[in-house]
Amino acid sequence: MRTTFDQQLDKLKEELTKMGALCEQGITAAIAGLMTGDGEKAREAIAIDAEIDRMEREIEDDCLRLLLRQQPVARDLRQISAALKMITDMERIGDQTTDISEIVLQLIGTGYTERLEHLGEMAKATAKMVTGSVDAFVQQDLALAKRVVEYDDVVDDLFCQSRANLIEDIRRDSGCGEEAIDFLMVAKYFERIGDHATNIAEWVAFSITGRHGFGQEDGDGTDLRDDSEK
Amino acid sequence: MNNPVIETKKLSLFYGAHQALKAVCMAVPERGITSLIGPSGCGKSTFLRTIDRMNDLVPGVRVEGELHYRGENVYAAGTDVTELRRQIGMVFQRPNPFPMSIYDNVAYGPRTHGIRSRVQLDAIVEESLQKAAIWDEVKDRLKAPALGLSGGQQQRLCIARALAVKPDVLLMDEATSALDPISTSKIEELVTELKKDYTIIMVTHNMQQAARISDQTAFFLLGELVEFGETEAIFSMPRDKRTEDYITGRFG
Repeated sequence: MRTTFDQQLDKLKEELTKMGALCEQGITAAIAGLMTGDGEKAREAIAIDAEIDRMEREIEDDCLRLLLRQQPVARDLRQISAALKMITDMERIGDQTTDISEIVLQLIGTGYTERLEHLGEMAKATAKMVTGSVDAFVQQDLALAKRVVEYDDVVDDLFCQSRANLIEDIRRDSGCGEEAIDFLMVAKYFERIGDHATNIAEWVAFSITGRHGFGQEDGDGTDLRDDSEK
Repeated sequence: MNNPVIETKKLSLFYGAHQALKAVCMAVPERGITSLIGPSGCGKSTFLRTIDRMNDLVPGVRVEGELHYRGENVYAAGTDVTELRRQIGMVFQRPNPFPMSIYDNVAYGPRTHGIRSRVQLDAIVEESLQKAAIWDEVKDRLKAPALGLSGGQQQRLCIARALAVKPDVLLMDEATSALDPISTSKIEELVTELKKDYTIIMVTHNMQQAARISDQTAFFLLGELVEFGETEAIFSMPRDKRTEDYITGRFG
């Protein structure tokens, strides 16, 4: 009986890993579309989101079936309930990459890529969080999960910076208002993606430790920032 | 823990050369349900039977350490075992009503303790059957033979019989394992009600049952008390790997 259950849990982990990888592909495509004004890439991100939605329903069904039939306890229960929560955050990440890509499709042809300077860094930082949270899950790496959660402050700061810059832009040239608001939305979507990556990392930690939040002993003293960000 | 009802201090039990309990230290709080879980032969039923000294009846048994019931070591010389078993009732795996009427089953205990008044006995029988949630089903046939009841009803009758002598603690040894799911759920509801007034200690092989109704859970393995704590903690985040392996079905 346990062998079957273990196989089912392995399959659940595989599916989640796939869904996580799709989130990474989605955000990579959305960022490429945004930074270069490439409509193909934007449409690719939207197509990936559809696949993410499909996987969410599939994994949700698997989790509910496992809860019903195996009546899991302890670590098994934590893994399955964490999976149920994580897929919601992954699905939202997909939604937001679509939201960004839809804005990109509107902006193509306006030469907006010339004026993107604040958003590039934010996109990069957010993608790093998504990759980190997925890796933390795949490797069941508590210290990495903690680094992802801590790094959310970097993304939040970048959002505030972008917002301030955009306000400044509007103040200088009120004609750029429409584009500035689109940029602000994009920045906000990135900021939200960072929050969802944080949630995923927190659920990884919960499934490992059974606690919400991190203790001092959960980290390894390093953080997700590279030298240029310090 | 403040004033545990049952407290063991390095309680060991030997059946001849075989050690069935290994220095168990455990304190059961008043009122509430404590589940004892573990694979067959782990010592949980033996532990249950040390509490009311049922193991005294097994030839070659030897007990070391102490088992306190409300502060008194029940293995001390001079313990009144009959009085101990009045205070600590036991319900077994298979319902075992006496081959007599429903009424006489419940009245049996009080009668042996010297109650003869019909009025008093009537009151005790009704109260006990009420508490065991079977009164409505049998009140019109109290003179009918107990063995004519269904298995689930017989088990509730046995609980009524245990309650009739006004015990303090109820021990239940897999009391629902021979019952169908509906009877099981009636007994579970019943003990959930009874825990307001009694301290209940139950052995169960049904992990979901332990998780559903008990307040504390104790996990035994090879005669050792591996882990004892709040049921929710045991079933969500057991501290000992052996507990985790057992409750998740990795062995046992």
